[in-house]
Amino acid sequence: MKTTEEIYNILVEQFGEEGLELRPDEVVAPVIVVAPENIQKVAKYLRDGEDLLFDYMMCLSGVHYQKEEQLAVTYHLNSTSLKHKVILKVIMPQDDARVPTVEQVWKTADWHEREAFDMFGIQFEGHPDHRRILCPDDWEGHPLRKDYKVQEFYRGMKVEY
Amino acid sequence: MHPVICNQNQCPPILLMGLLDKKYQDSNIIIVSLEKALNWARKSSIWYMQFGLACCAIEMMATAASRYDFDRFGIIPRSSPRQADVMIVAGTVTLKMATRIKRLYEQMAEPRYVISMGSCSNCGGPYWEHGYHVLKGVDRVVPVDVYVPGCPPRPEALLQGFLHLHNKIMNESLVEGVDPTKPVVVDDKGGEDIALKNVDETDEHKKAQIEFPQQDVQRKEKGA
Repeated sequence: MKTTEEIYNILVEQFGEEGLELRPDEVVAPVIVVAPENIQKVAKYLRDGEDLLFDYMMCLSGVHYQKEEQLAVTYHLNSTSLKHKVILKVIMPQDDARVPTVEQVWKTADWHEREAFDMFGIQFEGHPDHRRILCPDDWEGHPLRKDYKVQEFYRGMKVEY
Repeated sequence: MHPVICNQNQCPPILLMGLLDKKYQDSNIIIVSLEKALNWARKSSIWYMQFGLACCAIEMMATAASRYDFDRFGIIPRSSPRQADVMIVAGTVTLKMATRIKRLYEQMAEPRYVISMGSCSNCGGPYWEHGYHVLKGVDRVVPVDVYVPGCPPRPEALLQGFLHLHNKIMNESLVEGVDPTKPVVVDDKGGEDIALKNVDETDEHKKAQIEFPQQDVQRKEKGA
């Protein structure tokens, strides 16, 4: 069982400090911030690394930081054999929100990434089935963005009360 | 032989039921207007379309189960819209679902009725302001006959909705040019019916387009 700090140190040993940042004082739990271009190899190493064995992705979700004009993806990981957890975060500029998919690492990510795309408009590069999952395919906009304005009509049906 | 004559003010179902109980001992001729007999037959076997959208569906299922027992009114579920007389819209109608609801309604054979069950389906309910995904009342896409308020309504309320629908059916006429009866709101104290508006399909209902959802088309193109 390892703490986030220990996991961070293992990652730095493997990949170097560039593109990895530890945020120990986040409100709920410490977070490791990963650069978008590194997420795939970090994810693979977290799953297969001998002392890590994160075989279970508990959740993947999107976040919109309106003031900072940023979008983020958080990854909540768990190891069922070693009983430890870690939170990763990838932060992207709002107007160019693209991140490589981790669907090939954890199959759970398939629908979670589709949801993050649907709700926030984050593009997951290399995703095998990159469609909306909750809203209809012809829906306009991404509803969980803080600057979201709902459309007036959907297929002739008034949306507002 | 003593024919029983039913006029408009008498209630044929009760008379008929009485006759059935007495096994035709006293008389075996009933004189009743064709209209009344047909309406009585129709109202005594209202089949509803079996689908639910949210927590209201749980109450609907409870109404159909043994304690409240829909079946004693001849109300039974059908899995196909082609065989259904009434659609109970039991729950939150999302805009995505609304296109399907409209299609299902159009697949039902006339005469067809709609019972809007619960606040969501009546007017959007708790989603009225911030629910970007919710249709604010199913009457925006299909004409509603009976509105049952509640969140969710108890089984008694839904049953009362059906009794109101019975009244409505009994008052229908075969004669052309008679105004269609008005939709009713079920008062939770069992009060008077409140007429809202005509239930003819309005322009607004027609405006709501009904097409094949785009994703189906896309899947076909992919050859999946």
